[in-house]
Amino acid sequence: MFTNFKRIFKFGWASFSRDGSLVAANIFIMVMTILLVSSLFLFKDISRFLISSFQEKADISVYFKSDTPELDILNLKEEISKIPEAKSVEYVSKEEALQEFTERHKDDPVLMESLEEVGGNPLLASLNIKAFEADQYQAISNFLDESPSYKNLIEKVDYYQRKSIIENIFSITSAFNKVGIGLSLILVMVAILVVFNTIRLAIINYREEIKIQRLVGASSWFIRGPFLVQGTISGIFSALICLLIFTLICWFFSPKLEILLTEPNLWSYFTASFWIIVLIQFATGIGLGVISSAIASRKYLKI
Amino acid sequence: MISFQKVTKTYSPQAIALENISFEIKPKEFVLIAGKSGAGKTTLLKLLLVEEKPTQGRIFFNGEDLSKVKTQRLPELRQKIGAVFQDYKLLPSKTAYENVAYVMEVIGATEEEIARDVDEVLEIVELKDKADNFPTQLSGGERQRVAIARALIHRPEVILADEPTGNLDPYHTLDIIRLLLKIHEFGTTVILATHDKETINSLEKRVITLENGKIVRDERKGRFIF
Repeated sequence: MFTNFKRIFKFGWASFSRDGSLVAANIFIMVMTILLVSSLFLFKDISRFLISSFQEKADISVYFKSDTPELDILNLKEEISKIPEAKSVEYVSKEEALQEFTERHKDDPVLMESLEEVGGNPLLASLNIKAFEADQYQAISNFLDESPSYKNLIEKVDYYQRKSIIENIFSITSAFNKVGIGLSLILVMVAILVVFNTIRLAIINYREEIKIQRLVGASSWFIRGPFLVQGTISGIFSALICLLIFTLICWFFSPKLEILLTEPNLWSYFTASFWIIVLIQFATGIGLGVISSAIASRKYLKI
Repeated sequence: MISFQKVTKTYSPQAIALENISFEIKPKEFVLIAGKSGAGKTTLLKLLLVEEKPTQGRIFFNGEDLSKVKTQRLPELRQKIGAVFQDYKLLPSKTAYENVAYVMEVIGATEEEIARDVDEVLEIVELKDKADNFPTQLSGGERQRVAIARALIHRPEVILADEPTGNLDPYHTLDIIRLLLKIHEFGTTVILATHDKETINSLEKRVITLENGKIVRDERKGRFIF
């Protein structure tokens, strides 16, 4: 039993090392597939993060007339907090708004000069309201419209100005999710078919050899075993290549992406999920190699 | 040892390869199966190797009905038979040594047994110096000698040789026939399918002559008659 296993492994390794071009073609296809599968994994988490950060950024700002007493604003804040759709309500006083403005634009001399020229504090106090879900902003906006006592205090609600942007972000992200899942499924299916077909073509090449092995009395497992070993070795090699490519990509692009997005840091995300990525890549590689070899070799073993 | 009982093999109603064939082969016999191309010689050997199953009739090998053998049993059965083919059927990705050793590995022989026997058999077929050559690096005669070495390495009860000299010149043909005779002297049953007049006439062995899938002659010391 052990001798047979040793021999099957020896034959598998021999055909792996002798069939250079076929093995290279197989590994190439497998590397593509594994890269695709692991990118989907990474992409899924990054897109989830991006979507939640977009959602975080979406809000309604209600600006009050400059003579509105702070107490009235705080009363309205209290009432808005009671709306079930409102996740949070934040009060920004005129002074805070000015402080934030000067802090943000301190490096812009033109703006700062204009501010000085205007004199005093031209900014308005505001309430920043966040909802739990994108489609709940309309309800909050309706509430503001339907409260006549407060309506007089309000200078403007920037929801209407940003409404299309907010709705766009949400429609894009939800479409992105749907298309992403559909596209990933199609790509994975295509990749599996390509790998299977490449291995099948390789095994068709061995058709005569398999027939000869059968005729000299080799059992099915004695013939199929080396193909499975070869598939496994190809899978391991492909996974190692992918891991290297993936590490380099994350390491190289992480600082560049940081300019665009402060979070998430690609490299720290990669290192945190390293073992899951390793698992995904090796499972995909070995799985593809073994399953495709097993199915493809079955056909020719019926002699 | 081998018994064909009213065996018919048809591929389609028009293509009848063998028709109502009956004969017996005793242990340690040397039997020639003669006939023109298409007479049914190869089909007959394929039935013995269970590459094909008969359409009608029964074939017995050591008392076992070959038409009822299950696929799982085939390896064990084929290990009792050594086969030599006109197109050699060597494994192209293995060297001469590995091709011969493969059969020993299949039957589960130890590394020591393999090293000892393969060397000995390659010595018999005079190919020890070409042990590390791949089939493409060998001549037709050398390839056929590797095939014979592979067929006899595990000391099978019977050797089937299907036109083993079909692709060879007269000089190499003689070599191969001498080898088969030597194997027969060791006590192995040999069934040799051929259409070579010289071979049939020179051997003076039992000849079963096939014509259009039927046995037309079965003579103890047969001659080439067409």
